[in-house]
Amino acid sequence: MRALSALYLTAAGLFIYLPVAMLVLFSFQDSRLPVPPFTGPSLRWYQDVLTDRDLMAALGNSALVALASSAVALALGFLAAVALARHRLPGSVWLRALFVAPMAVSTLIIGLGLLNLWGWLGWPVSLWATGIGHVVLNLPLCFAILFTAMGDQQLSAERAARDLGAGEARVLWHVTLPMVAPSALAAYFLSVTFSWDEFILAFLLTRFDVTLPVEIWSLLKSGLNPRTNAIGSLVFLVSVALVIVLEFTLLRKRRA
Amino acid sequence: MTARGQAWGLLAPGLLWLAAFFVLPFAGMALLSLRVIEGREVAAGLSGANYARFWSDPAIFQGLVNSLEITAVVTVVSVVLAWPLAAIIALRVPARWQRLALLLAVLPFWTSYVVRSYSWALVLGENGVVNRALTGLGVIAEPLEMAATRFATVTGFVHFFVMLLTLTIYANLRALSPNYMRAAADLGAGPVRIFWHVILPLTLPGIMTGAFLTFVLCIGDYITPQILGGNTELTLPQIIMMQLGRQGNFPMAAALSIVLMAVVTLAYLLSARWLRLDRV
Repeated sequence: MRALSALYLTAAGLFIYLPVAMLVLFSFQDSRLPVPPFTGPSLRWYQDVLTDRDLMAALGNSALVALASSAVALALGFLAAVALARHRLPGSVWLRALFVAPMAVSTLIIGLGLLNLWGWLGWPVSLWATGIGHVVLNLPLCFAILFTAMGDQQLSAERAARDLGAGEARVLWHVTLPMVAPSALAAYFLSVTFSWDEFILAFLLTRFDVTLPVEIWSLLKSGLNPRTNAIGSLVFLVSVALVIVLEFTLLRKRRA
Repeated sequence: MTARGQAWGLLAPGLLWLAAFFVLPFAGMALLSLRVIEGREVAAGLSGANYARFWSDPAIFQGLVNSLEITAVVTVVSVVLAWPLAAIIALRVPARWQRLALLLAVLPFWTSYVVRSYSWALVLGENGVVNRALTGLGVIAEPLEMAATRFATVTGFVHFFVMLLTLTIYANLRALSPNYMRAAADLGAGPVRIFWHVILPLTLPGIMTGAFLTFVLCIGDYITPQILGGNTELTLPQIIMMQLGRQGNFPMAAALSIVLMAVVTLAYLLSARWLRLDRV
């Protein structure tokens, strides 16, 4: 049983890591094709990628849209979670359903819908449109995480603050928000990672100011290419760093 | 201000955002799907012509069939491969190493989605590492055609969803009290009976939830089949994008995405009684 488990773990590990290993290994390829035999190591493709203006602009766009849209999604999600967790509203079941609904709808449909709306309004597609769409995608996640985090344990602290004369805004900012801060940060980081990697909306809703996944997509037209390996490995590095930070700071604290 | 007024005030920004950028575009799509292209222009009046064409044009209908076939295979294979992985981590790996094992098992989940599909093209290509290894070992004489096939699409999908399902099934198994297994063992049940009569029924809601998530994400995905599937067997999302791009037929693309949405809704209704979406 033990040997069988070890065997299965090894096989699963091989399957899960094979593509990543090939991606990273052949990003150091010296020749023009990222396939065996390995001819490196060479850093020429990293140099190539890091000095590529289009790629670096796309990277900046991705970072901007991820950080900004996630901040908006978090703010809207927090306010809505407070409203629905702390107040009795008519039709609150439906309101909650609406706030998580975008999660159940294919991104393709949300993207086409926004593209249609933009065309109807006569607005040009842009990074703004993408950011607005990313808020729609991430709002359910932020709302759901914060709504779950708002249990009854914070109620008495909020009531105490109110009794001491704090207005509603101060209670929210100085009492409620700090108490759900770990969940809020986790929601923010998750949103950033999703938005950073989102393709369909960015593909449909940008033309000139594209994001990194869209720029990588256009690299794919040239077939297998070590440049794609290099930029892909860099993106992997950033994502892994984010996940490890999340794992070892926020989640650890929350469990303690 | 009343408490209720305050609550609506807190709710308003999110509500307005969703109304303007989610509900309104969705209604717009439903309306657009009932319009028809004549020449290069959208004609006046409403009709169900796009939906009729979806039903009668084999090239388009086949897209739905391809999508359903691929999604079914991917969902089943991913669950079957992910369950043992999650179970080994949850039940065999010592407690203090579990978080690390889980983190390692799903780390590539966080790579860029586009790049992940590209990596499989790298692995499965004519000169890729799999073909090199197999020809080198003398298993095959000529390289297999694996890239740009349905096999490649399924492999790319399974890779992604095995990691996703390992996460959901692991969470499910951890929530399971070991007392149930112990009690069954005390009553004389062997490992197979414990699995079949205790563990599987208790984790079924989690498995179904993960499978449903896999179904929804897989059937709506454009990237993986576009990068790995070649151009012979198009999926529904690929056909939608083609209608939008090359054909310039936005109303048809809208109608097909409403069809996609209907399929997902149907899948939800069929599996709703096993799902515990509120407990994910």
